[in-house]
Amino acid sequence: MPILLFKRTRALVAQIDEFLDTVGQAALLFESGVADYVGGRREQFDTHYRAIEDAEHGADELRRDIEKQLYRHSLIPEARGDVLGLLETTDDVVNQAKHTLGMFLVERPRLLPGMDEDWRALGSTATRTAEAVVLATRAFFRDPYTVNDHLHKVYFYEKEGDRQAMALKRKIFDADAELALQLHLRQFVVNVDRVSDAAEEVADRLAIYTIKRTV
Amino acid sequence: MLVLFFLSSGLFLGWSLGANDAANVFGTAVGSRMIRFATAALICSVFVVIGSVAGGAGAAGTLGQLGAIDAMGGAFMVAFAAAVTITVMTKLGLPVSTSQAVVGAIIGWNFFSGVLTDTAALSKIVATWIICPLLAGAFAALFYVLTQRLVRRLRPHLLWDDMATRWALIAVGAFGSYSLGANNIGNVMGVFVPVAPFSGLDLPFGLAFSGAQQLFLLGGLAIALGVYTYSRHVMGTVGGNLFKLTPQMALVVVLAQSVVLFLFASQELEHALLSVGLPAFPLVPVSSSQAVIGAVVGLGLLKGGHGIRYRVLVDIAAGWVTTPIIACLLAFVGLFVLQNVFSVQVNRPHAFELSPQVIERVDRLGMPVDGLAELAGGRYTTQLSLNRSLRGGTALDAKQRERVVRAAEVDRYLVDPERVAQDIKPGWFVPEQIAAVSSLTGREYRHGWQLLEELEALTPAWRLLPETPRNRLDNDRRQKQRRLILVALRTEPVEAPAPE
Repeated sequence: MPILLFKRTRALVAQIDEFLDTVGQAALLFESGVADYVGGRREQFDTHYRAIEDAEHGADELRRDIEKQLYRHSLIPEARGDVLGLLETTDDVVNQAKHTLGMFLVERPRLLPGMDEDWRALGSTATRTAEAVVLATRAFFRDPYTVNDHLHKVYFYEKEGDRQAMALKRKIFDADAELALQLHLRQFVVNVDRVSDAAEEVADRLAIYTIKRTV
Repeated sequence: MLVLFFLSSGLFLGWSLGANDAANVFGTAVGSRMIRFATAALICSVFVVIGSVAGGAGAAGTLGQLGAIDAMGGAFMVAFAAAVTITVMTKLGLPVSTSQAVVGAIIGWNFFSGVLTDTAALSKIVATWIICPLLAGAFAALFYVLTQRLVRRLRPHLLWDDMATRWALIAVGAFGSYSLGANNIGNVMGVFVPVAPFSGLDLPFGLAFSGAQQLFLLGGLAIALGVYTYSRHVMGTVGGNLFKLTPQMALVVVLAQSVVLFLFASQELEHALLSVGLPAFPLVPVSSSQAVIGAVVGLGLLKGGHGIRYRVLVDIAAGWVTTPIIACLLAFVGLFVLQNVFSVQVNRPHAFELSPQVIERVDRLGMPVDGLAELAGGRYTTQLSLNRSLRGGTALDAKQRERVVRAAEVDRYLVDPERVAQDIKPGWFVPEQIAAVSSLTGREYRHGWQLLEELEALTPAWRLLPETPRNRLDNDRRQKQRRLILVALRTEPVEAPAPE
């Protein structure tokens, strides 16, 4: 019996780690995908899009399995609701990343010249935000007293992302282009930045859950 | 069959203890769904029974000192009055402790039977009621700080932490159940120990199963029944509504409570402390509910004292007074009804005399004998009546009067070879003691101390050692042997006492 419980716990810990690895991986794929699109590398973009699709699918399955096991074996009864909420909002980061790359794939926006670096920077910042929130989530499971060390980075990158998005939107609307294109591109700026927002959502929850765990 | 009827009130008390107090041990774990009820009930039942049989003697002994109930009818009513008090107060939503109800009921029997209440034992018991929650609070705060430090150092994953907490809750729950059985069985069965007609059994490998242990086994089983039949609901209440504790806090609370109950129940710990010359904890049944509340308040104070319901503390203090008084009154009225309406014997007839031998013994014990000779002509049927006469006619203080009353008790002790063969067994006595008893075959005594004095003269094995902390252990054992020999050789009936 104890060996069984030991094995089950070890397996579940590994699954949670795998889930967070997948989220981190999806963030990196997002960064590469944005850079590929901006650089006009269609094939690589398609490959990265398929990879992020797989990652999103894998993260969903892992999340459902973890949730099922937490309920079935009534594990962490006090923190279960928090953990489930955390996993779901973390999964939203992957969903948003996939959704945004999907928009690039389907809508193929025509980027305006002279703004490539801004697009890449915006994608990178979103990825940094997601990476920082993955580290904070890992810390929540293993060492809640260090969660805040990661959370401040999430907030910093998210703010940076907002600033970059605003600057890019200004550039787009300052440029000599049709309003339809400008509005179309603005939509993409907002969606790239939404990855950061999704990460911030996780960070907000983490801040509260951490207080609950460490008080 | 009649014995079982009389024991029924004790079993009822045991059932109610199992139904209510098991929740103190496993309530938070079950209520917070860390442990399933079936697991908790099984562990609790097994360890309560083990604790009752293996470790119940210490705390039960102190209750015996408070009032040595000497008839089954009396023991029945004492346990019944305590059980009714607990049931009524629980229904009214008032805080109640089994220990306090039992102590009150015993004092009610003492009043009814004219028996002097042992003030030393009573003050020892009352002091522990106050110390117990304070100690539990201090332990809880200490354990919490240590647990937090350990967790911060080990940094376990949330799930490993969860698994470790579950196992720790099971282990601590088992320890808590053992302590509950060891400490509280005295409440359930303590009053029946001097009167229950169970004789000791010799088991293989030199083990002995005393009459008291057989009683404690029955009581332990009644507690286990209470756990299985009724504690589920109470556990849910304790775990879900009363205390909103994290599993780690729950663990700390149960551990603190268990340690406190263990400290006040463990003869082994007492022996260990005394053998190295340290003061030991008195072995007294304490309230597990109050230990739990003390532990929770201790944690609350550690966290800054916010959210503590100070009203609960006032209620506890009120419970120290109201519970014993209600139980005492109920026992008194119940004993009166039982004796006068149902003609059930609730105490043994006693006789006291201040014969020249008694006065000489009082003199030998170094107490003033002025005025005793004037009282010598009277015959007394209760300790209280003799005590009253002594208070009016002598200069003895309360403690001295208590000793004179005990010396004046008349009984008939016959060193009957048959009873010596049957009751004086090698498992309970050393060979020198048995040889001394055998050498007095056929002799008769009017006072217990006369028999003991003769035995002391025959072998040092019957003598008490000088009162030092190191000797307390040996003296406790010898006191028990001296009580046993008196019970074994006392013959019934005592000559009917003449009216005063």
